[in-house]
Amino acid sequence: MRFHWFHLMPYQNLPDDFSTTQSSVWVTVPSNLYDPLEGHRIYNEYLDELEFADQVGFDGICVNEHHQNAYGMMPSPNLMAATLARRTSNAAIVVLGNSLALYNPPTRVAEEMAMLDVISGGRLIAGFPVGTPMDTAYCYGQPPAIVREKYDEAHDLIMKAWTSEDVFSFNGKYTQLRYVNTWPKPIQKPHPPIWIPGSGSVETWEWSAKRDYLYSYLSFGGYKRAATLIQGYWDTLDRLGIEHNPNRVGYLQLVIVADTDAEAEKEYAQHVQYFYDKCQHIGPTWGAPGFRSIATLRSRGQEQFTERNSAPPGPRIQALSTEKTWKERLENGSIIAGSPATVRDQLKDVIETMHVGHLMVLMQLGNMPKEKVLRSTELFAKEVMPHLRHYYSEYEDRWYPKPLSMDQRTAPAPIA
Amino acid sequence: MPEERTIAIRNGLFDAQVFTQGSGSPVLFLHGVFPFTEWPKWLNPLARQHKVYAPAQPGFGESTGLEHLDSMNDLIFYHLELLDALGLERPDIIGHAQGANIAAEIAATCPERVGKLVLVAPVGLWMEETPVPDFFSFIKSQFIRAAWHDPDAAASRGLLAEPEDEQLAKELDLERIRSLGAASKFLWPIPDRGLNKRIHRISSPTLILWGASDQFVPPAYGPLFQDSIAGSQLTVLDGSGHLPMLEQPDEFMTEVLNFLS
Repeated sequence: MRFHWFHLMPYQNLPDDFSTTQSSVWVTVPSNLYDPLEGHRIYNEYLDELEFADQVGFDGICVNEHHQNAYGMMPSPNLMAATLARRTSNAAIVVLGNSLALYNPPTRVAEEMAMLDVISGGRLIAGFPVGTPMDTAYCYGQPPAIVREKYDEAHDLIMKAWTSEDVFSFNGKYTQLRYVNTWPKPIQKPHPPIWIPGSGSVETWEWSAKRDYLYSYLSFGGYKRAATLIQGYWDTLDRLGIEHNPNRVGYLQLVIVADTDAEAEKEYAQHVQYFYDKCQHIGPTWGAPGFRSIATLRSRGQEQFTERNSAPPGPRIQALSTEKTWKERLENGSIIAGSPATVRDQLKDVIETMHVGHLMVLMQLGNMPKEKVLRSTELFAKEVMPHLRHYYSEYEDRWYPKPLSMDQRTAPAPIA
Repeated sequence: MPEERTIAIRNGLFDAQVFTQGSGSPVLFLHGVFPFTEWPKWLNPLARQHKVYAPAQPGFGESTGLEHLDSMNDLIFYHLELLDALGLERPDIIGHAQGANIAAEIAATCPERVGKLVLVAPVGLWMEETPVPDFFSFIKSQFIRAAWHDPDAAASRGLLAEPEDEQLAKELDLERIRSLGAASKFLWPIPDRGLNKRIHRISSPTLILWGASDQFVPPAYGPLFQDSIAGSQLTVLDGSGHLPMLEQPDEFMTEVLNFLS
């Protein structure tokens, strides 16, 4: 069982009336709400938090890509990964990931991720999300109907750029290159582990399974709702006759650990409230017709084209529409919060029912300050992680990096 | 009764679903961004004087092959081959919204293939100071109501009626999403694929029709289209939104029939 510490890097100073006066935290969030001085503080504190997670023994530290987004302030996750590569030495650097359809040419991803893998001594996990409609279609202007096809083509180009020993030409529909010859190449051979973060698209299940990539589901709506989506992935593997190795699945859960259940609520409820009220205040209009296939829309079996213009309500929307209190969010599993014993028990349930070998935890939520984040993270590392480590150790894990040994590494020189 | 056919184009790479009705000189109707799964009854008066062809564009109805169309160029050549397959040497063409965009593109690319041209609320040009609304981002209620000058009156005439059967209603929603997704391939994020560089080539007699209250494509674009097409005439229909053929059917059809006669 491996544990990964995930950051979204939310803005912490959205006004109290944000969700009633503004239409969306994403795409059109007013830029006059952003104070770069606050940005300076929180970027540096957030990087401290990720580095702390490495120090206390997490197996991976995760960054991700969003655009024009006040709850996810990493338009370039690779910049964050670069600084983490120098300031950490143990944890995998999980870039989850680069939305491949947005890079022109996509060899940029092959280059930057190879740089990250080389700088970090082979610690990179390369995440390839198709991306959200908000990021790809609305912020980056891609016609929704072509995003997946463009993604597929970019993926093929990147994998060939990493693995080909020869200069080659690439005549794609979206990218044409006469000379592809990516320098540098990754340390990990034939390439870093590939993780695919998904949102329940049936195409992504099959696509990931056939390529032997890790499929992960990032849920803001909790494990009870996510279980059916993960089950859809297991069913796909069954259909394709692929072994049930838990290490090929990742799952992200919102987690808070405190000394007692009561303290968790007292200290952290306000930050959870900020997360759901403000960070999840995504306008109803950002579904993009053509982004999700009709097959995926059908598979959801839920009302279509109502709440959002094309995306049927997934777990996140369900959580937002049905839960208002700390108690309701705990009962529904949207967040797992409480004493180490409480968190352990529920995570056992998560790990066993979903059969996941890679658990990502989102522990900084909304405007949660650094000292609270570090405390919860440390309790998780000391009081929760060791009790769950044993799960699935009998399975091979080829979805986790095999970095250089310490004696092969060059450590950054101390700063005088 | 309309006839429904499936026409193979480019050796079957595309299957085009085509509805036909009437007799007389040929008129091709190219639909807009709404679902297109059956013969539109508002065309009946036109079909009493003309033979009307109404194809579903690729990705709409049962027409296939959208994945083989990547650019406006591809879409133009597809439609030229559709004209060939239907044996239409020089039909009059009526286009609505995206269909009008395609009609204008055909007439600009091959002026000799188009008789008279009727553009109803066309997209394809862009004015910085009057952006075409992002109708792809409309939620369902907005999408339905914004199509009309007077949605309540349209509702009372049954024009907004949704299927009562839950399953049918769901299928209609999916068809709406599918249709918009198909149209978005040529309209997203800005509905401008360079028509402004070609539109001057249109030599067909052209009628531009616009609902005065169109909330999908602003009527402010009417004069721009008119100025861009030599000799064209612009008629704005009061009491009508994006669907003047349904909201003011008599006035709309009178304009069209007079122009084509």
